[in-house]
Amino acid sequence: MMKTSIYTFKIKLFAIALLMSAFATAQDNSDSTIASLNMDAVYERPFITQGKLPVAIGGYLEANMIYAGEEGVNEGLSFQARRLTMFMSSSFGKNLSFLSEIEFEEGGHEINIEFAAMDWYINSGLKFRGGIIMNPIGAFNQNHDGPNWEFIERPNSATQLLPATWSNAGFGLHGKFFKKGWTLGYEAYLTNGFDNSIIDNEEHKTFLAASKDNSERFEESSNGKSLFTGKLALKHPKYGELGFSYMGGVYNKFEEEGLTLDQERSLSVYAIDFNTEIKRTGTRFIGEFAWVEVDVPDTYLQEYGERQFGGFLDIIQPVYTGKVMDWNKAVINIAARFDYVDWNDGTIIETGGNIGDELIAFTPAISLRPTKQTVFRANYRYQIQNDFLDNPGAKSAAWMLGFSTYF
Amino acid sequence: MSLLVLGMVSCEKVLPGGPVDNELLDGPMSGLTIEQQNLFLKGDEAFGEIYTVEKGLGPTFVATSCSSCHTGDGKGHPNKALIRFGQSDHTGNQFLHLGGPQLQNRSIPGYAPEELPAGAPQAKLLAPATVGLGLLDAVSDETLIAMSDPSDLNNDGVSGKVAWTEIPDYVQLRPGAIENEGKYISRFGKKAAAYNILHQVSKALNQDIGITSVYEPIDPYSGMEIDPEIETVKIHHLVSYLKTVKAPTQRDENNPDVLAGEELFNTIGCANCHMPSLTTGYSPIAALSEKTFHPYTDLLLHDLGPSFDDGYTEGAAERSEWRTPPLWGLGLVKDAQGGDYYLLHDGRAHSIEEAIQSHGGEAENANSNFSSLSEEEKGQLISFLESL
Ligand code: HEC
Ligand code: HEC
Repeated sequence: MMKTSIYTFKIKLFAIALLMSAFATAQDNSDSTIASLNMDAVYERPFITQGKLPVAIGGYLEANMIYAGEEGVNEGLSFQARRLTMFMSSSFGKNLSFLSEIEFEEGGHEINIEFAAMDWYINSGLKFRGGIIMNPIGAFNQNHDGPNWEFIERPNSATQLLPATWSNAGFGLHGKFFKKGWTLGYEAYLTNGFDNSIIDNEEHKTFLAASKDNSERFEESSNGKSLFTGKLALKHPKYGELGFSYMGGVYNKFEEEGLTLDQERSLSVYAIDFNTEIKRTGTRFIGEFAWVEVDVPDTYLQEYGERQFGGFLDIIQPVYTGKVMDWNKAVINIAARFDYVDWNDGTIIETGGNIGDELIAFTPAISLRPTKQTVFRANYRYQIQNDFLDNPGAKSAAWMLGFSTYF
Repeated sequence: MSLLVLGMVSCEKVLPGGPVDNELLDGPMSGLTIEQQNLFLKGDEAFGEIYTVEKGLGPTFVATSCSSCHTGDGKGHPNKALIRFGQSDHTGNQFLHLGGPQLQNRSIPGYAPEELPAGAPQAKLLAPATVGLGLLDAVSDETLIAMSDPSDLNNDGVSGKVAWTEIPDYVQLRPGAIENEGKYISRFGKKAAAYNILHQVSKALNQDIGITSVYEPIDPYSGMEIDPEIETVKIHHLVSYLKTVKAPTQRDENNPDVLAGEELFNTIGCANCHMPSLTTGYSPIAALSEKTFHPYTDLLLHDLGPSFDDGYTEGAAERSEWRTPPLWGLGLVKDAQGGDYYLLHDGRAHSIEEAIQSHGGEAENANSNFSSLSEEEKGQLISFLESL
């Protein structure tokens, strides 16, 4: 079994490489055009370089206070140091570079290598990447650094529908092509992937993020099959960026030592992301929508949905640019986020009633950016969540105040 | 900064208000000690715990947690109906070797769910609300016997019998337990086949979720005894929790329609079975001891006529006999059933009126009295039931 899977892996990789080198020869040679896409976020972090050291390091910290309540029960005030993330990068030898991101959450209780990959630059249209890769599904997974966002919470669709921050051991290719102001980026990777926990977890719902608990995915695939993730993104400075991505494969353990345990069950995720700015007013729109399809055994529970959908939309309006205290180029924004997740799109077999399992949230925000690298944020979040049977939703709300900063 | 914190804290008004206490089914009863409140919280957590393959779920099962059937401690939904099968008379279950008495109709990946054997008599059951059970548990056997009238000596057409059943070794008898030829009076479950809460809970873990325990060690899938898949203390937390979930309290009790409906409820004979008030005996939990409460049940078995004969039976009940369900919380249960009513043991009735109109057998008189009420009076009776 092992042999065939490596074999198919190689064939897929080879096919992708062939396709991409065909692209690469057709590219426009205006390499120098600067057009950064979400996929470039890992390169665009502010790094500290000390003298002539070949290694650059950096990171960011996020902390906030939260005052929350649900259904009339006041949960009181608490303080959260959500995460400390460290980046390290280096260029060693011609056309070879290394990038990494390590995240400490829950006070160091949870340490995740979110990204640790080597890039081999062949030309701008063709780079080879291997290591621990962030699967480019949607945009948030690639571009999730706290200081880039006006909101303290990560979008629900990114954390509870898609598994941000989702990374895996794997290999693949990426590159960019430029033509008349347009940038086209592509990424294609084969990595290890999901496992049975996406339909067997304490969330009691199909939950892709459940596989994040399985750290063995950095060592071996749970089922000897690889997960394909591919993304195409197109950007024009005038219109903004639009991305299409797909992630799919067999998620379950279907055989062991040559014995069949179950039939192969597939998972497919489709996502669209976009960001754009109205130049005249400076208003920015950032959004992402994703569709998940999972083959759940018929003899299993309907709580584990076969179809899911969700997304978010952020609207950000700068209202003041200028001096705030000691900062000369500070910006104050007002912003709003809409979150929606439907973990289970369908009807209850026995009654034909709608399956709930939905969340809707609205978060108005004010942010102060003293510099580009730091943001102070005040958010109010109101959310309604419905259970599987679609009983009257549980309402909750929270005040949050905090900061996020690169260092 | 501190100003902002103050601002946030003073913004309590912007946090969502919840439903008032008497509009919710779940929650602790008042008058619990700190220790009992702690146990309540632990049990509440155990009640919501989701069983996964790793924790011993199945391999065949009906649902993965208590609360997925008893959502918000409320009544169950047809999506989680369970099927009992294999017994149609007092000769016992003839299908135990074929997976009886309960169908585990779901399975973890890689296993086949159980299928109903051909020819097996069966009944479909929906979960009842799990509220006020501590009070029901603390009513003495003597009180139940006093309400029963198995040979209808008073000639009102309503008999009502206590369920004499054989009980497993692990259950402890309640104070003042009465014995009859080695059998004891059981009171929980649709056919009153479970003696007390511990009995019901151990069975539920085993038959509904596929979790073995020191009390019920036989794995329903293999039929073999296996190591306990749940810590015993967790079962006790579940029992403590269920004993101290509050009983629903009446809302709108002074509304004239509700008051008129209550009067009708008593006069047309509903109260012969749906006993408005019961009093508990001694309980070590002070909040449950010697208390008068209003469940609208007599905890006895009654024959509701041929349309309630599903072919299956268990415990001491005949096929068409069912234990009177408490009517408390009736106005609140549909908010745990996805907004619709699914009443009676299998959820066949979609409104309170439909539930009443299907009553036959011993409740024939009460039903025909109901039919002869004016539309206004019927409305008043329903208003009363919805206020419970
Ligand atoms: C598959 C759905 C399902 C699950 C899961 C389930 N129950 Fe139940 N529950 C029922 C049904 C149906 C009944 C009526 C059973 C009977 O007649 O024996 C019931 C009855 C009960 C009763 C008796 C109530 C009364 O008024 O007589 C209690 C107590 C109870 N369940 C507790 C639990 C606990 C604790 C768990 C978790 C360990 C649990 N149940 C899991 C469906 C379920
Ligand atoms: C002879 C005893 C008896 C009488 C009299 C009686 N009931 Fe019932 N009632 C029952 C039993 C037993 C059930 C449960 C049947 C089942 O589970 O299928 C029940 C069920 C119900 C239910 C559904 C409860 C639920 O939780 O699903 C309602 C409502 C109800 N009765 C109302 C009434 C009203 C109103 C009257 C008077 C018109 C009445 N009953 C008279 C014995 C009785």
